[in-house]
Amino acid sequence: MTSHIFAMPDDQLPALLPSRFAAWFAERGWRPHAHQLAMLAAARDGRSALLIAPTGGGKTLSGFLPSLVELAAAPYEGLHTLYISPLKALAVDIHRNLEAPIAELGLPIRAETRTGDTPASKRQRQRESPPQMQLTTPESLALMLSYKDASSVFGSLRRVVIDELHALAGSKRGDLLALGMARLSALAPQARRVGLSATVAWPDELAPFLAPGGKGVSRIIGAAGPPPEVAILATDAHLPWAGHMALHAVDEIYQAIKAHKTTLVFVNTRAQAELAFHELWRLNDDNLPIALHHGSLAVEQRRKVEGAMAAGRLRAVVATSSLDLGVDWAAVDLVIQLGAPKGVSRLVQRIGRANHRLDEPSRALLVPSNRFEVLECRAAVAAIKSGALDGERPRPGGLDVLAQHITGMACAEPFAADALYAEVTSAAPYHDLTRADFDEVLRFVATGGYALGSYERWHRLFRDSLGRYQIVSDKAAQRYRMNIGTIVEAAMLRVRVRRGAALGEVEEYFAQGLRAGDTFVFAGQLLRFEGIHDMEVMVSRVGGAEAPKVPAYAGGRLPLTTYLADGVRAIFADPSGWGDLPAAVSEWLRLQRWRSVLPARDDLLVETFPRGKLHYLIAYCFEGRNAHQTLGMLLTRRMERAGLDPLGFVATDYVLAVWSLKPAEDVDALLDEDMLGDDLESWMAESSMLKRTFRNVAVIAGLIERKHPGAHKTGKQVTFSSDLIYDVLRRHEPDHILLRATRADAATGLTGVRRLGDMLARVRGRITLRALDRVSPLAVPILLEIGREQVSGSAIDTMIDEAAAALIEEATGVPPQSHLPL
Amino acid sequence: MPDDPTIMAATTVALRLNGAALVADPSGALFWPEQRTLIVADLHLEKGSSFARHGALLPPYDTAASLAMLADALRRHGAQRIICLGDSFHDASAHERLGSAETTLLASLVAAHDWIWIAGNHDPAPPVGLGGMVTDALTLGPLLFRHVAVDGAAAGELSGHFHPTATVALRAGRLVARCFVADARRIILPAFGTFTGGLDVFEPAIARLFPNGFRIHVLGRGRVVSMPPERVVPTSTRGTSRTADRPIRLGQIRPAPRAPRRG
Repeated sequence: MTSHIFAMPDDQLPALLPSRFAAWFAERGWRPHAHQLAMLAAARDGRSALLIAPTGGGKTLSGFLPSLVELAAAPYEGLHTLYISPLKALAVDIHRNLEAPIAELGLPIRAETRTGDTPASKRQRQRESPPQMQLTTPESLALMLSYKDASSVFGSLRRVVIDELHALAGSKRGDLLALGMARLSALAPQARRVGLSATVAWPDELAPFLAPGGKGVSRIIGAAGPPPEVAILATDAHLPWAGHMALHAVDEIYQAIKAHKTTLVFVNTRAQAELAFHELWRLNDDNLPIALHHGSLAVEQRRKVEGAMAAGRLRAVVATSSLDLGVDWAAVDLVIQLGAPKGVSRLVQRIGRANHRLDEPSRALLVPSNRFEVLECRAAVAAIKSGALDGERPRPGGLDVLAQHITGMACAEPFAADALYAEVTSAAPYHDLTRADFDEVLRFVATGGYALGSYERWHRLFRDSLGRYQIVSDKAAQRYRMNIGTIVEAAMLRVRVRRGAALGEVEEYFAQGLRAGDTFVFAGQLLRFEGIHDMEVMVSRVGGAEAPKVPAYAGGRLPLTTYLADGVRAIFADPSGWGDLPAAVSEWLRLQRWRSVLPARDDLLVETFPRGKLHYLIAYCFEGRNAHQTLGMLLTRRMERAGLDPLGFVATDYVLAVWSLKPAEDVDALLDEDMLGDDLESWMAESSMLKRTFRNVAVIAGLIERKHPGAHKTGKQVTFSSDLIYDVLRRHEPDHILLRATRADAATGLTGVRRLGDMLARVRGRITLRALDRVSPLAVPILLEIGREQVSGSAIDTMIDEAAAALIEEATGVPPQSHLPL
Repeated sequence: MPDDPTIMAATTVALRLNGAALVADPSGALFWPEQRTLIVADLHLEKGSSFARHGALLPPYDTAASLAMLADALRRHGAQRIICLGDSFHDASAHERLGSAETTLLASLVAAHDWIWIAGNHDPAPPVGLGGMVTDALTLGPLLFRHVAVDGAAAGELSGHFHPTATVALRAGRLVARCFVADARRIILPAFGTFTGGLDVFEPAIARLFPNGFRIHVLGRGRVVSMPPERVVPTSTRGTSRTADRPIRLGQIRPAPRAPRRG
């Protein structure tokens, strides 16, 4: 496929942009961007289009412009343009922005949103009299496609616009959307598709998302602005050895906020957001309007912050990925990334939220929270300078999502298996789906798909006289519709001020650890826990400045990308570049080179040393936390078999540390690739990470329902029961389609098995072992993480064993897991 | 010490109740060596197919799994007698849905043991056709067997019904596990059945039966672990509307009320 940066000669302008539109642009002092005209040209030629452009530059308007022009020329009966956004809030904002040109140009267009928040009466009206433009989400699209009138509602469709395509492709929501699009092409073959995407590492993978094989899709590249100016905070404060909160730099961050008009402070976790916000307000003597935004806050609270931001009333917002996507805020002139960026592409997108005018560079400040993160930030800045991007390629579509889609299609109208298979494989993520897998998923939807075949009497789909499948009852269809979607949340509890408003939600797990009187920070407020009533966390507001707890959330932590990890290794390998590192960091690296050795670029450095009564093994893998967690589980199993009495491990994005009663000597054998065989299999049997993955798969596929007519089931109940189902299924039908889907997810998801496997293969025969007499400088940060790390899924696996370890401790006086006052 | 057999090799926990020496088995069964009697609670056989009838197509292997585990426990302990403490069948027609292999296995187990079915709320009338003795409660020496613990019962009561689970606080975090709940007067057994949910031991329905506190013995991976009291913590779900009669059930799907029979 060829890429073009379209430069449209002025004389072609009138042909593409009708005069009333040209006048409208001129009134605002705007000139249409080249890529906006290119989009019009593609529409004129009846082609679909993929627009890849940095944030800003009127990307969303580009998506709508051809529809506006077409509808201005000739009024239209029925649904003309469907806009799909990954965020409900974005759909609402875009709708607001769309109303301006429609009103000002006096266009005969009704544009309406249709999301989970749309009241039933409005939905009903929309079905009877569809607006010309509808703005929706992948989930609402799936719902609309499951109704019997889908073919008449969507039959008139001319254009589909998918916003933030890069954020959807490769995810399960993207799978759901791709399947919905495949159905749309059957219902409305005439409709053209438009995808809007940020700059990504794999643009070629996006075009097939719009049309099978990417055929008939014009690829349009928006002009890039000047390169961003990215600096790393050169802190005056002591640079911490470990931790992720970067609180040492809060004063400097505050000064940066003061020196700019509007600052977006991005953090990686909700806990970081709460803490940073709390600390900023402690310094905020000038009473600057600084707000907080993350995904667990009450929706009204988030909307209020977004509104204040749009109106230019805020000087700063501390936010998680909840603000990675969204409408442009022109006033933002500084983006601060607090803590490690974890990936180049994500950092670039975050930085792109500053200075939306294309002629000025975005400005960003990176604030590493520990020494390793200094290196990571350096690697990220180098990558941005060289224009490199990272990120996983979209993986094949999930079989659980396919099961959900098949159920929905059976609700809409009877289908023949052959036809649906052809339709499904026209969706990019399912292009390589085999007929055997499709049939197996179909069998699962129809009867549960068990080899035993004992449920023939209670199937969910039945076959009519023509052999077509359809849903067994209206009630079954209702249950499907109540459970559409691919986002399975951890069990959450609402937080409410006594006799007051709900502030948002915390994970049930966190609430379980609270005792009456405990204080914690949430929604930017210091709260005292009173108790739990009717599944709500009751709190009261308190003053004071004690050291409060901060709710932690299991999700949302992205592992370090392979690309950045490689960049960090490159810094180790090249001492000539250490000159401009902060003195504390270059000194640290020099000390490491003197006391041990630095990790080489392609080798795996393993250090062992005694400390107290324990022996430590440190592996500098740089493969991300998830892969390290899995390696820790597998390694401790092997060490146990080797009689080394391992007692625990801790993993960060960079390093794995394992400690045991006896020293590990044959490290090559311990780290042999074959640990991914039997050890992995037996670990998978028990791993709570696998069970969590299975739960998500089972919920998405419809085996377990989140919602049931007339009853609400909390996520916690789902967790408990799905574990039992996992155990039984694994024992009796290890190749069941849901277990296959679980393993596929686990390989790339929480367990990082694929990355681990790649690494073990790569370092075979290249393991450098340093047996030291004491802790090395590079190992200090990981030892400081011991006992500080949040509980991870895999740690829970070891807990019962740990109870036994506690007994050992009583018996022998050897602490199984010591805290290290370094 | 790792090689101390009393710590590492023990998979069971010895309990005493009203003078009887009992062994808590990691399967969730309780064994009474002196009487060669195995005691299990809440098998909930055919729970999977009960859900399937209502549209949730759970794996149909729960009965086979529960019976295999039961056969294994009987064999390991060399039991001659078995007492099922009620809710052995998930619903009134469950025994009609038993697969042929499961029917055969159950029949051979019943034939080989002195079998006692105690009635539960799910199976107020356990199927008599399967053999064994059916009763509401049973006294055997110093022990009393019934489905639901009774306030003020004499010492030596063994019961099920509640599917007790405990949240255990460990350094690495919290863990929810099935457990035996015990004091000097009574023991409540965990649910033995494969798909059964659980009720936290601090829920009033259970806690009120142990006014002087309880000891918790959780079912771990292949072993029973007695938990020091300070490690057992309440879950957050206290004070909710869950009641003793309705331990958490998968999906909370309940059979539709049966139409009154005409005739």
